[in-house]
Amino acid sequence: MTDPAPTRTVSVSLTHLIRSHKDGTRVTDDVTLEVLTGEVFGLLGPNGAGKTTLVRQLVGVMKPDSGTVSLLGRDVTADPRSASGVLAYLAQDEPALNDLPVSLAIETTGRLRGLSKRDARAATEVLLEELALAPLRDRPLTRLSGGQRRLAHVAAALVGDRPLLVLDEPTTGLDVTARRAVWDLLRRRRTEAGTTVVLVTHNVLEAEQVLDRVAVLDHGRVMGCDTPGRLKALVSDDVRLDLVWRADPPLEDPTVAALLARSTVDGRRWSARLPADVARDALARLTSGATLAALDDFTLATPTLEDVYLALGGRDSDLERG
Amino acid sequence: MNAFLALYAGQVSRARAARVPLLFVATLQSVGILLLLRGVVDEGSRTTSQQVVAGSTVLVVAFVALNLLSQRFGLLRGSGALDHYATLPVSGSLVVLATAASYATFTIPGAVLTSIIGSLLYGLPLSHLWVLIGVLPLAGASLAGLGACLGLLAPRPELATVAGQLGMSGVLFLGIIPEKRLPEVVQWVRAAVPSTYATDALASSFSRHLDAGLLVQDLGVCLVVSVVALSLASASFRRAVRA
Repeated sequence: MTDPAPTRTVSVSLTHLIRSHKDGTRVTDDVTLEVLTGEVFGLLGPNGAGKTTLVRQLVGVMKPDSGTVSLLGRDVTADPRSASGVLAYLAQDEPALNDLPVSLAIETTGRLRGLSKRDARAATEVLLEELALAPLRDRPLTRLSGGQRRLAHVAAALVGDRPLLVLDEPTTGLDVTARRAVWDLLRRRRTEAGTTVVLVTHNVLEAEQVLDRVAVLDHGRVMGCDTPGRLKALVSDDVRLDLVWRADPPLEDPTVAALLARSTVDGRRWSARLPADVARDALARLTSGATLAALDDFTLATPTLEDVYLALGGRDSDLERG
Repeated sequence: MNAFLALYAGQVSRARAARVPLLFVATLQSVGILLLLRGVVDEGSRTTSQQVVAGSTVLVVAFVALNLLSQRFGLLRGSGALDHYATLPVSGSLVVLATAASYATFTIPGAVLTSIIGSLLYGLPLSHLWVLIGVLPLAGASLAGLGACLGLLAPRPELATVAGQLGMSGVLFLGIIPEKRLPEVVQWVRAAVPSTYATDALASSFSRHLDAGLLVQDLGVCLVVSVVALSLASASFRRAVRA
Protein backbone atom coordinates (compact mmCIF):
# COMPACT_ATOMS: atom_id res chain seq x y z
CA MET A 1 0.00 0.00 0.00
CA THR A 2 1.12 3.54 -0.59
CA ASP A 3 2.22 5.95 2.08
CA PRO A 4 -0.54 8.11 3.51
CA ALA A 5 -0.68 11.74 2.44
CA PRO A 6 0.98 13.98 5.01
CA THR A 7 -1.99 16.37 5.29
CA ARG A 8 -4.49 13.80 6.65
CA THR A 9 -6.27 14.41 9.91
CA VAL A 10 -5.69 12.27 12.97
CA SER A 11 -8.34 9.56 13.62
CA VAL A 12 -6.83 7.85 16.63
CA SER A 13 -4.72 9.52 19.24
CA LEU A 14 -3.33 7.65 22.26
CA THR A 15 -1.46 9.76 24.77
CA HIS A 16 0.74 8.32 27.52
CA LEU A 17 -1.50 5.29 28.06
CA ILE A 18 -0.57 3.23 31.08
CA ARG A 19 -2.29 0.13 32.41
CA SER A 20 -0.84 -2.16 35.06
CA HIS A 21 -1.66 -5.56 36.52
CA LYS A 22 -2.48 -5.76 40.20
CA ASP A 23 1.13 -6.78 40.91
CA GLY A 24 2.34 -3.54 39.33
CA THR A 25 3.61 -5.03 36.04
CA ARG A 26 2.82 -2.65 33.22
CA VAL A 27 0.90 -4.27 30.38
CA THR A 28 0.63 -0.96 28.58
CA ASP A 29 3.73 1.07 29.23
CA ASP A 30 3.38 4.76 28.38
CA VAL A 31 2.06 4.30 24.84
CA THR A 32 1.68 7.39 22.67
CA LEU A 33 0.54 6.85 19.07
CA GLU A 34 -1.32 8.65 16.32
CA VAL A 35 -3.18 7.00 13.45
CA LEU A 36 -4.09 9.16 10.47
CA THR A 37 -7.44 9.09 8.73
CA GLY A 38 -7.44 6.56 5.89
CA GLU A 39 -4.34 4.84 7.15
CA VAL A 40 -3.95 1.08 7.60
CA PHE A 41 -2.02 1.05 10.84
CA GLY A 42 -0.66 -2.06 12.49
CA LEU A 43 0.34 -3.21 15.94
CA LEU A 44 2.94 -5.94 15.52
CA GLY A 45 4.36 -7.98 18.33
CA PRO A 46 4.65 -11.53 19.64
CA ASN A 47 1.98 -13.13 21.82
CA GLY A 48 1.87 -11.43 25.20
CA ALA A 49 3.31 -8.14 23.88
CA GLY A 50 0.22 -6.26 25.10
CA LYS A 51 -1.44 -5.69 21.72
CA THR A 52 -4.92 -6.84 22.73
CA THR A 53 -4.77 -4.95 26.04
CA LEU A 54 -3.89 -1.81 24.10
CA VAL A 55 -6.73 -2.13 21.58
CA ARG A 56 -9.26 -2.92 24.32
CA GLN A 57 -8.38 0.42 25.86
CA LEU A 58 -8.60 2.01 22.44
CA VAL A 59 -12.17 0.77 21.86
CA GLY A 60 -13.34 1.74 25.34
CA VAL A 61 -13.91 -1.66 26.98
CA MET A 62 -10.89 -1.39 29.27
CA LYS A 63 -10.05 1.64 31.33
CA PRO A 64 -6.45 2.85 31.29
CA ASP A 65 -4.86 3.68 34.65
CA SER A 66 -3.77 6.97 33.12
CA GLY A 67 -3.49 8.62 29.73
CA THR A 68 -6.09 9.48 27.13
CA VAL A 69 -7.71 7.89 24.09
CA SER A 70 -9.26 10.12 21.45
CA LEU A 71 -11.12 8.71 18.44
CA LEU A 72 -12.15 11.14 15.69
CA GLY A 73 -12.13 13.92 18.24
CA ARG A 74 -14.15 12.00 20.87
CA ASP A 75 -12.60 11.57 24.29
CA VAL A 76 -13.08 7.84 24.86
CA THR A 77 -11.38 7.91 28.25
CA ALA A 78 -14.06 10.26 29.59
CA ASP A 79 -16.95 8.66 27.69
CA PRO A 80 -16.19 5.04 26.72
CA ARG A 81 -19.59 4.56 25.06
CA SER A 82 -18.78 7.25 22.49
CA ALA A 83 -16.35 4.85 20.78
CA SER A 84 -19.22 2.61 19.66
CA GLY A 85 -20.61 5.35 17.43
CA VAL A 86 -17.54 5.56 15.21
CA LEU A 87 -15.80 2.21 15.23
CA ALA A 88 -16.26 -1.46 14.57
CA TYR A 89 -14.24 -3.79 16.78
CA LEU A 90 -13.32 -7.35 15.95
CA ALA A 91 -12.07 -9.17 19.04
CA GLN A 92 -9.88 -12.28 18.87
CA ASP A 93 -13.03 -14.31 19.35
CA GLU A 94 -16.66 -13.28 19.06
CA PRO A 95 -18.59 -15.75 21.23
CA ALA A 96 -21.68 -13.53 21.16
CA LEU A 97 -22.11 -14.34 17.46
CA ASN A 98 -21.14 -17.97 17.49
CA ASP A 99 -24.61 -19.51 17.86
CA LEU A 100 -26.10 -17.50 15.01
CA PRO A 101 -26.30 -18.48 11.35
CA VAL A 102 -23.71 -16.57 9.27
CA SER A 103 -26.11 -14.20 7.49
CA LEU A 104 -28.07 -13.42 10.65
CA ALA A 105 -24.85 -12.70 12.60
CA ILE A 106 -23.83 -10.12 10.00
CA GLU A 107 -27.34 -8.67 9.59
CA THR A 108 -27.95 -8.36 13.35
CA THR A 109 -24.62 -6.60 13.86
CA GLY A 110 -25.48 -4.22 11.00
CA ARG A 111 -28.85 -3.39 12.53
CA LEU A 112 -27.23 -2.78 15.90
CA ARG A 113 -24.91 -0.33 14.14
CA GLY A 114 -28.01 1.58 13.05
CA LEU A 115 -28.84 0.13 9.63
CA SER A 116 -32.49 -0.51 8.83
CA LYS A 117 -33.45 -4.16 8.39
CA ARG A 118 -33.50 -3.71 4.62
CA ASP A 119 -30.13 -1.96 4.45
CA ALA A 120 -28.58 -4.51 6.81
CA ARG A 121 -29.82 -7.34 4.54
CA ALA A 122 -28.41 -5.65 1.45
CA ALA A 123 -25.04 -5.00 3.13
CA THR A 124 -24.98 -8.63 4.34
CA GLU A 125 -25.51 -9.92 0.79
CA VAL A 126 -22.59 -7.82 -0.49
CA LEU A 127 -20.26 -9.05 2.27
CA LEU A 128 -21.30 -12.70 1.80
CA GLU A 129 -20.29 -12.40 -1.86
CA GLU A 130 -17.09 -10.45 -1.22
CA LEU A 131 -15.81 -12.95 1.33
CA ALA A 132 -17.15 -16.03 -0.50
CA LEU A 133 -19.38 -16.92 2.45
CA ALA A 134 -22.62 -17.17 0.46
CA PRO A 135 -22.71 -21.00 0.43
CA LEU A 136 -22.46 -21.01 4.24
CA ARG A 137 -25.06 -18.31 4.88
CA ASP A 138 -27.53 -20.48 6.84
CA ARG A 139 -24.94 -22.43 8.79
CA PRO A 140 -24.51 -21.50 12.50
CA LEU A 141 -21.00 -20.23 13.21
CA THR A 142 -20.40 -23.04 15.69
CA ARG A 143 -20.70 -25.52 12.82
CA LEU A 144 -18.05 -23.88 10.65
CA SER A 145 -14.31 -24.56 10.53
CA GLY A 146 -12.10 -22.15 12.49
CA GLY A 147 -11.14 -20.24 9.34
CA GLN A 148 -14.70 -19.96 8.02
CA ARG A 149 -15.89 -18.74 11.41
CA ARG A 150 -13.17 -16.11 11.53
CA LEU A 151 -14.19 -14.92 8.08
CA ALA A 152 -17.79 -14.56 9.29
CA HIS A 153 -16.51 -12.52 12.26
CA VAL A 154 -14.63 -10.27 9.82
CA ALA A 155 -17.83 -9.81 7.78
CA ALA A 156 -19.72 -8.81 10.95
CA ALA A 157 -17.01 -6.28 11.77
CA LEU A 158 -17.19 -4.75 8.29
CA VAL A 159 -20.97 -4.36 8.09
CA GLY A 160 -22.28 -0.87 8.74
CA ASP A 161 -19.37 1.01 7.12
CA ARG A 162 -17.74 2.42 10.24
CA PRO A 163 -15.06 5.10 9.59
CA LEU A 164 -12.69 3.27 11.96
CA LEU A 165 -12.09 -0.48 12.03
CA VAL A 166 -10.17 -2.00 14.92
CA LEU A 167 -9.36 -5.61 14.07
CA ASP A 168 -7.56 -7.92 16.47
CA GLU A 169 -5.81 -10.59 14.40
CA PRO A 170 -8.53 -10.74 11.74
CA THR A 171 -6.79 -13.32 9.54
CA THR A 172 -5.71 -15.85 12.17
CA GLY A 173 -6.67 -19.31 10.97
CA LEU A 174 -7.51 -18.19 7.43
CA ASP A 175 -6.04 -19.91 4.38
CA VAL A 176 -4.04 -17.85 1.90
CA THR A 177 -6.99 -17.17 -0.41
CA ALA A 178 -9.27 -16.00 2.39
CA ARG A 179 -6.48 -13.92 3.87
CA ARG A 180 -5.96 -12.13 0.57
CA ALA A 181 -9.71 -11.57 0.23
CA VAL A 182 -9.72 -9.83 3.62
CA TRP A 183 -6.68 -7.72 2.73
CA ASP A 184 -8.27 -6.72 -0.60
CA LEU A 185 -11.47 -5.78 1.15
CA LEU A 186 -9.65 -3.60 3.68
CA ARG A 187 -7.72 -1.90 0.87
CA ARG A 188 -10.96 -1.26 -1.01
CA ARG A 189 -12.62 0.23 2.06
CA ARG A 190 -9.69 2.53 2.56
CA THR A 191 -9.59 3.65 -1.07
CA GLU A 192 -13.33 4.04 -1.59
CA ALA A 193 -14.49 5.28 1.81
CA GLY A 194 -11.34 6.59 3.46
CA THR A 195 -11.75 4.02 6.25
CA THR A 196 -9.06 4.03 8.93
CA VAL A 197 -7.90 0.57 9.98
CA VAL A 198 -6.05 -0.40 13.15
CA LEU A 199 -4.95 -3.99 12.71
CA VAL A 200 -3.33 -6.19 15.34
CA THR A 201 -1.09 -8.88 13.94
CA HIS A 202 1.72 -11.19 14.85
CA ASN A 203 2.21 -12.13 11.22
CA VAL A 204 5.19 -10.48 9.57
CA LEU A 205 3.99 -11.07 6.02
CA GLU A 206 0.65 -9.45 6.82
CA ALA A 207 2.40 -6.48 8.39
CA GLU A 208 4.67 -5.97 5.39
CA GLN A 209 2.01 -6.43 2.73
CA VAL A 210 -0.91 -4.57 4.21
CA LEU A 211 0.20 -1.89 6.61
CA ASP A 212 0.99 1.74 5.83
CA ARG A 213 2.65 2.16 9.18
CA VAL A 214 3.38 -0.23 12.00
CA ALA A 215 4.10 0.10 15.69
CA VAL A 216 6.31 -2.70 16.99
CA LEU A 217 5.25 -3.68 20.50
CA ASP A 218 7.03 -5.67 23.19
CA HIS A 219 6.17 -5.94 26.88
CA GLY A 220 3.56 -3.20 26.54
CA ARG A 221 6.03 -0.72 25.07
CA VAL A 222 6.25 0.75 21.57
CA MET A 223 9.77 -0.11 20.40
CA GLY A 224 9.47 1.57 17.03
CA CYS A 225 6.81 3.10 14.82
CA ASP A 226 7.18 3.89 11.11
CA THR A 227 6.44 2.52 7.65
CA PRO A 228 7.55 -1.10 7.22
CA GLY A 229 10.08 0.09 4.63
CA ARG A 230 11.71 2.66 6.90
CA LEU A 231 11.76 0.25 9.83
CA LYS A 232 13.49 -2.34 7.70
CA ALA A 233 16.03 0.29 6.62
CA LEU A 234 17.20 0.27 10.24
CA VAL A 235 18.59 -3.20 9.63
CA SER A 236 19.14 -2.89 5.88
CA ASP A 237 22.80 -3.90 6.07
CA ASP A 238 21.80 -7.21 7.62
CA VAL A 239 20.48 -10.36 6.05
CA ARG A 240 19.05 -13.48 7.62
CA LEU A 241 20.78 -16.79 7.07
CA ASP A 242 18.58 -19.80 7.83
CA LEU A 243 20.13 -23.25 7.95
CA VAL A 244 18.53 -26.67 8.35
CA TRP A 245 20.90 -29.51 9.27
CA ARG A 246 20.38 -33.03 8.03
CA ALA A 247 22.08 -34.55 11.07
CA ASP A 248 24.04 -33.17 14.01
CA PRO A 249 25.93 -30.12 12.75
CA PRO A 250 29.75 -30.43 12.56
CA LEU A 251 30.58 -28.10 15.46
CA GLU A 252 34.31 -28.67 15.03
CA ASP A 253 34.15 -26.60 11.83
CA PRO A 254 35.12 -23.00 12.78
CA THR A 255 32.48 -21.44 10.45
CA VAL A 256 29.76 -23.61 11.97
CA ALA A 257 30.94 -22.81 15.50
CA ALA A 258 30.98 -19.09 14.73
CA LEU A 259 27.48 -19.26 13.26
CA LEU A 260 26.14 -21.14 16.27
CA ALA A 261 27.26 -18.31 18.52
CA ARG A 262 25.15 -15.84 16.50
CA SER A 263 22.10 -18.02 15.78
CA THR A 264 18.80 -18.68 17.41
CA VAL A 265 18.49 -22.46 17.45
CA ASP A 266 15.27 -24.42 17.07
CA GLY A 267 16.20 -28.10 16.90
CA ARG A 268 18.13 -28.52 13.68
CA ARG A 269 17.02 -25.12 12.39
CA TRP A 270 19.41 -22.24 12.88
CA SER A 271 18.62 -18.64 12.12
CA ALA A 272 21.25 -15.88 12.23
CA ARG A 273 21.04 -12.18 11.47
CA LEU A 274 24.35 -11.11 9.98
CA PRO A 275 25.92 -8.31 7.97
CA ALA A 276 25.44 -9.19 4.28
CA ASP A 277 29.15 -9.76 3.52
CA VAL A 278 29.64 -11.98 6.58
CA ALA A 279 26.61 -14.09 5.63
CA ARG A 280 27.76 -14.45 2.03
CA ASP A 281 31.21 -15.46 3.15
CA ALA A 282 29.89 -18.00 5.69
CA LEU A 283 27.54 -19.52 3.13
CA ALA A 284 30.34 -19.83 0.57
CA ARG A 285 32.47 -21.72 3.04
CA LEU A 286 29.60 -23.95 4.22
CA THR A 287 28.66 -24.95 0.67
CA SER A 288 32.17 -25.60 -0.56
CA GLY A 289 33.54 -27.74 2.26
CA ALA A 290 32.65 -31.04 3.88
CA THR A 291 29.87 -29.34 5.87
CA LEU A 292 27.68 -29.32 2.76
CA ALA A 293 26.90 -33.02 3.31
CA ALA A 294 25.40 -32.20 6.71
CA LEU A 295 23.27 -29.33 5.37
CA ASP A 296 19.69 -30.15 4.42
CA ASP A 297 18.62 -26.67 3.30
CA PHE A 298 19.65 -23.04 3.52
CA THR A 299 18.15 -19.63 2.67
CA LEU A 300 19.60 -16.17 2.59
CA ALA A 301 16.91 -13.50 2.95
CA THR A 302 16.68 -9.73 3.16
CA PRO A 303 15.50 -8.44 6.54
CA THR A 304 11.86 -8.69 7.57
CA LEU A 305 9.96 -6.93 10.32
CA GLU A 306 10.86 -9.85 12.55
CA ASP A 307 14.51 -8.85 12.19
CA VAL A 308 13.48 -5.28 13.01
CA TYR A 309 11.72 -6.55 16.12
CA LEU A 310 14.84 -8.43 17.20
CA ALA A 311 17.16 -5.54 16.31
CA LEU A 312 15.05 -3.17 18.42
CA GLY A 313 15.62 -5.43 21.40
CA GLY A 314 12.59 -7.71 21.12
CA ARG A 315 12.64 -10.98 23.01
CA ASP A 316 10.66 -14.22 22.74
CA SER A 317 9.84 -13.82 19.09
CA ASP A 318 7.06 -16.14 18.03
CA LEU A 319 6.10 -13.92 15.14
CA GLU A 320 4.66 -15.78 12.16
CA ARG A 321 6.52 -15.48 8.88
CA GLY A 322 3.85 -16.48 6.41
CA MET B 1 -36.87 -0.35 18.31
CA ASN B 2 -34.92 -1.63 15.30
CA ALA B 3 -32.04 -2.59 17.60
CA PHE B 4 -34.39 -4.31 20.08
CA LEU B 5 -36.03 -6.33 17.32
CA ALA B 6 -32.65 -7.25 15.85
CA LEU B 7 -31.37 -8.47 19.21
CA TYR B 8 -34.62 -10.28 19.94
CA ALA B 9 -34.65 -12.02 16.55
CA GLY B 10 -31.02 -13.02 16.98
CA GLN B 11 -31.63 -14.45 20.43
CA VAL B 12 -34.73 -16.35 19.33
CA SER B 13 -32.83 -17.78 16.39
CA ARG B 14 -29.82 -18.91 18.44
CA ALA B 15 -32.12 -20.39 21.02
CA ARG B 16 -34.34 -22.33 18.66
CA ALA B 17 -32.12 -25.36 18.33
CA ALA B 18 -30.93 -25.61 21.93
CA ARG B 19 -33.94 -24.34 23.81
CA VAL B 20 -36.68 -26.59 22.49
CA PRO B 21 -35.34 -29.71 24.23
CA LEU B 22 -34.71 -27.67 27.39
CA LEU B 23 -38.21 -26.28 27.30
CA PHE B 24 -39.51 -29.79 26.93
CA VAL B 25 -37.59 -30.73 30.07
CA ALA B 26 -38.95 -27.66 31.91
CA THR B 27 -42.53 -28.56 31.00
CA LEU B 28 -42.01 -32.21 31.81
CA GLN B 29 -40.58 -31.23 35.22
CA SER B 30 -43.66 -29.17 36.08
CA VAL B 31 -46.12 -31.74 34.74
CA GLY B 32 -44.23 -34.40 36.69
CA ILE B 33 -44.68 -32.40 39.90
CA LEU B 34 -48.40 -32.01 39.14
CA LEU B 35 -48.76 -35.75 38.68
CA LEU B 36 -46.72 -36.52 41.78
CA LEU B 37 -48.66 -34.20 44.05
CA ARG B 38 -52.00 -35.35 42.62
CA GLY B 39 -51.67 -38.40 44.80
CA VAL B 40 -50.85 -36.34 47.88
CA VAL B 41 -53.25 -33.40 47.72
CA ASP B 42 -56.73 -34.08 49.18
CA GLU B 43 -59.61 -34.03 46.69
CA GLY B 44 -61.38 -31.28 48.56
CA SER B 45 -58.45 -29.00 49.22
CA ARG B 46 -59.16 -26.34 46.66
CA THR B 47 -56.62 -23.72 47.87
CA THR B 48 -53.82 -26.26 47.86
CA SER B 49 -54.78 -27.46 44.38
CA GLN B 50 -54.77 -23.88 43.09
CA GLN B 51 -51.39 -23.28 44.67
CA VAL B 52 -49.84 -26.44 43.23
CA VAL B 53 -51.04 -25.73 39.69
CA ALA B 54 -50.01 -22.05 39.85
CA GLY B 55 -46.65 -22.87 41.43
CA SER B 56 -45.89 -25.51 38.79
CA THR B 57 -46.78 -23.09 36.02
CA VAL B 58 -44.53 -20.34 37.38
CA LEU B 59 -41.80 -22.96 37.76
CA VAL B 60 -41.67 -23.28 33.95
CA VAL B 61 -40.99 -19.54 33.78
CA ALA B 62 -38.40 -19.78 36.55
CA PHE B 63 -36.60 -22.63 34.82
CA VAL B 64 -36.13 -20.65 31.64
CA ALA B 65 -35.96 -17.06 32.87
CA LEU B 66 -34.00 -17.53 36.06
CA ASN B 67 -31.99 -20.69 35.55
CA LEU B 68 -31.20 -20.61 31.83
CA LEU B 69 -30.78 -16.84 31.62
CA SER B 70 -28.35 -16.68 34.54
CA GLN B 71 -26.36 -19.41 32.78
CA ARG B 72 -26.46 -17.48 29.51
CA PHE B 73 -25.26 -14.20 31.00
CA GLY B 74 -22.66 -16.00 33.12
CA LEU B 75 -21.28 -17.54 29.94
CA LEU B 76 -21.43 -14.26 28.02
CA ARG B 77 -19.48 -12.55 30.75
CA GLY B 78 -17.01 -15.40 31.26
CA SER B 79 -16.22 -15.73 27.54
CA GLY B 80 -15.68 -12.00 26.99
CA ALA B 81 -18.72 -11.83 24.70
CA LEU B 82 -19.98 -8.68 26.41
CA ASP B 83 -17.22 -6.74 24.59
CA HIS B 84 -19.14 -7.36 21.39
CA TYR B 85 -22.18 -5.51 22.70
CA ALA B 86 -20.12 -2.88 24.50
CA THR B 87 -18.57 -1.76 21.21
CA LEU B 88 -21.93 -1.52 19.46
CA PRO B 89 -24.14 1.55 19.89
CA VAL B 90 -26.75 -0.28 21.98
CA SER B 91 -27.35 0.17 25.68
CA GLY B 92 -26.85 -2.63 28.17
CA SER B 93 -30.52 -2.33 29.13
CA LEU B 94 -31.55 -3.12 25.59
CA VAL B 95 -29.35 -6.22 25.44
CA VAL B 96 -30.74 -7.41 28.78
CA LEU B 97 -34.34 -6.63 27.79
CA ALA B 98 -34.14 -8.30 24.39
CA THR B 99 -32.42 -11.39 25.77
CA ALA B 100 -34.90 -11.60 28.64
CA ALA B 101 -37.82 -11.13 26.25
CA SER B 102 -36.60 -13.90 23.97
CA TYR B 103 -36.19 -16.28 26.89
CA ALA B 104 -39.59 -15.30 28.26
CA THR B 105 -41.15 -16.02 24.86
CA PHE B 106 -39.97 -19.60 25.10
CA THR B 107 -41.78 -20.10 28.39
CA ILE B 108 -45.23 -19.42 26.90
CA PRO B 109 -46.10 -22.85 25.42
CA GLY B 110 -44.81 -24.76 28.45
CA ALA B 111 -46.58 -22.53 30.95
CA VAL B 112 -49.90 -22.63 29.09
CA LEU B 113 -49.69 -26.39 28.72
CA THR B 114 -48.81 -26.87 32.40
CA SER B 115 -51.70 -24.75 33.66
CA ILE B 116 -54.21 -26.49 31.38
CA ILE B 117 -53.02 -29.97 32.33
CA GLY B 118 -53.00 -28.90 36.00
CA SER B 119 -56.52 -27.51 35.86
CA LEU B 120 -57.82 -30.69 34.28
CA LEU B 121 -55.95 -32.93 36.72
CA TYR B 122 -57.09 -31.07 39.80
CA GLY B 123 -60.58 -30.21 38.55
CA LEU B 124 -60.08 -26.45 38.55
CA PRO B 125 -62.03 -24.04 36.30
CA LEU B 126 -60.26 -22.80 33.18
CA SER B 127 -62.52 -19.77 32.74
CA HIS B 128 -60.02 -17.22 34.11
CA LEU B 129 -56.95 -18.64 32.39
CA TRP B 130 -56.63 -15.34 30.50
CA VAL B 131 -54.87 -14.09 33.65
CA LEU B 132 -51.82 -15.85 32.20
CA ILE B 133 -51.59 -13.00 29.66
CA GLY B 134 -50.63 -10.72 32.53
CA VAL B 135 -48.82 -13.22 34.71
CA LEU B 136 -46.44 -14.70 32.13
CA PRO B 137 -44.81 -11.49 30.87
CA LEU B 138 -44.55 -10.01 34.37
CA ALA B 139 -43.25 -13.17 36.02
CA GLY B 140 -40.96 -13.62 33.00
CA ALA B 141 -39.63 -10.06 33.20
CA SER B 142 -39.02 -10.08 36.95
CA LEU B 143 -37.39 -13.52 37.04
CA ALA B 144 -35.41 -12.84 33.85
CA GLY B 145 -34.16 -9.60 35.36
CA LEU B 146 -33.00 -11.47 38.44
CA GLY B 147 -31.50 -14.26 36.33
CA ALA B 148 -29.56 -11.70 34.28
CA CYS B 149 -28.31 -10.04 37.49
CA LEU B 150 -27.08 -13.38 38.85
CA GLY B 151 -25.30 -14.18 35.61
CA LEU B 152 -23.71 -10.75 35.25
CA LEU B 153 -22.61 -10.40 38.87
CA ALA B 154 -21.29 -13.93 39.44
CA PRO B 155 -17.50 -13.91 39.32
CA ARG B 156 -17.44 -17.25 37.49
CA PRO B 157 -19.92 -18.87 35.05
CA GLU B 158 -20.26 -21.97 37.26
CA LEU B 159 -21.37 -19.81 40.18
CA ALA B 160 -23.99 -18.16 37.96
CA THR B 161 -25.33 -21.61 37.08
CA VAL B 162 -25.48 -22.67 40.74
CA ALA B 163 -27.18 -19.40 41.75
CA GLY B 164 -29.76 -19.78 38.98
CA GLN B 165 -30.55 -23.33 40.03
CA LEU B 166 -30.85 -22.37 43.69
CA GLY B 167 -33.19 -19.55 42.67
CA MET B 168 -35.32 -22.00 40.75
CA SER B 169 -35.45 -24.37 43.70
CA GLY B 170 -36.61 -21.45 45.83
CA VAL B 171 -39.41 -20.68 43.40
CA LEU B 172 -40.41 -24.34 43.42
CA PHE B 173 -40.43 -24.64 47.20
CA LEU B 174 -42.08 -21.32 48.00
CA GLY B 175 -44.50 -21.44 45.09
CA ILE B 176 -45.99 -24.89 45.49
CA ILE B 177 -46.31 -25.25 49.25
CA PRO B 178 -49.34 -23.31 50.49
CA GLU B 179 -48.37 -20.25 52.54
CA LYS B 180 -50.20 -21.34 55.71
CA ARG B 181 -48.17 -24.55 55.97
CA LEU B 182 -44.85 -22.72 55.96
CA PRO B 183 -43.07 -21.66 59.20
CA GLU B 184 -43.39 -17.95 59.92
CA VAL B 185 -39.79 -17.11 58.96
CA VAL B 186 -40.22 -18.81 55.59
CA GLN B 187 -43.48 -16.90 55.11
CA TRP B 188 -41.44 -13.70 55.34
CA VAL B 189 -39.05 -15.03 52.72
CA ARG B 190 -42.02 -15.98 50.60
CA ALA B 191 -43.33 -12.43 50.79
CA ALA B 192 -39.96 -11.11 49.61
CA VAL B 193 -39.69 -13.34 46.53
CA PRO B 194 -41.17 -11.90 43.31
CA SER B 195 -42.42 -15.23 41.97
CA THR B 196 -44.81 -15.41 44.94
CA TYR B 197 -46.97 -12.63 43.54
CA ALA B 198 -47.11 -14.23 40.11
CA THR B 199 -48.05 -17.55 41.72
CA ASP B 200 -50.72 -15.93 43.91
CA ALA B 201 -52.18 -14.02 40.95
CA LEU B 202 -52.39 -17.21 38.94
CA ALA B 203 -53.71 -19.24 41.88
CA SER B 204 -56.52 -16.74 42.36
CA SER B 205 -57.50 -17.17 38.70
CA PHE B 206 -58.34 -20.81 39.39
CA SER B 207 -61.15 -19.83 41.80
CA ARG B 208 -64.69 -19.55 40.56
CA HIS B 209 -64.91 -15.90 41.53
CA LEU B 210 -61.91 -13.84 40.63
CA ASP B 211 -60.89 -11.18 43.16
CA ALA B 212 -59.95 -8.40 40.73
CA GLY B 213 -58.51 -6.13 43.45
CA LEU B 214 -56.15 -8.79 44.72
CA LEU B 215 -55.16 -9.72 41.18
CA VAL B 216 -54.27 -6.12 40.29
CA GLN B 217 -52.33 -5.82 43.53
CA ASP B 218 -50.31 -8.99 42.86
CA LEU B 219 -49.61 -8.04 39.28
CA GLY B 220 -48.68 -4.53 40.41
CA VAL B 221 -45.99 -5.98 42.68
CA CYS B 222 -44.74 -8.11 39.76
CA LEU B 223 -44.57 -4.99 37.60
CA VAL B 224 -42.58 -3.02 40.16
CA VAL B 225 -40.19 -5.94 40.73
CA SER B 226 -39.77 -6.31 36.96
CA VAL B 227 -38.76 -2.68 36.58
CA VAL B 228 -36.37 -2.86 39.53
CA ALA B 229 -34.86 -6.23 38.46
CA LEU B 230 -34.32 -5.13 34.87
CA SER B 231 -32.78 -1.83 36.01
CA LEU B 232 -30.45 -3.75 38.30
CA ALA B 233 -29.58 -6.09 35.45
CA SER B 234 -28.73 -3.10 33.22
CA ALA B 235 -26.50 -1.66 35.92
CA SER B 236 -24.86 -5.09 36.36
CA PHE B 237 -24.26 -5.19 32.61
CA ARG B 238 -22.49 -1.83 32.64
CA ARG B 239 -20.41 -2.94 35.62
CA ALA B 240 -19.47 -6.25 33.98
CA VAL B 241 -18.43 -4.52 30.75
CA ARG B 242 -16.12 -1.98 32.37
CA ALA B 243 -14.61 -4.31 34.96
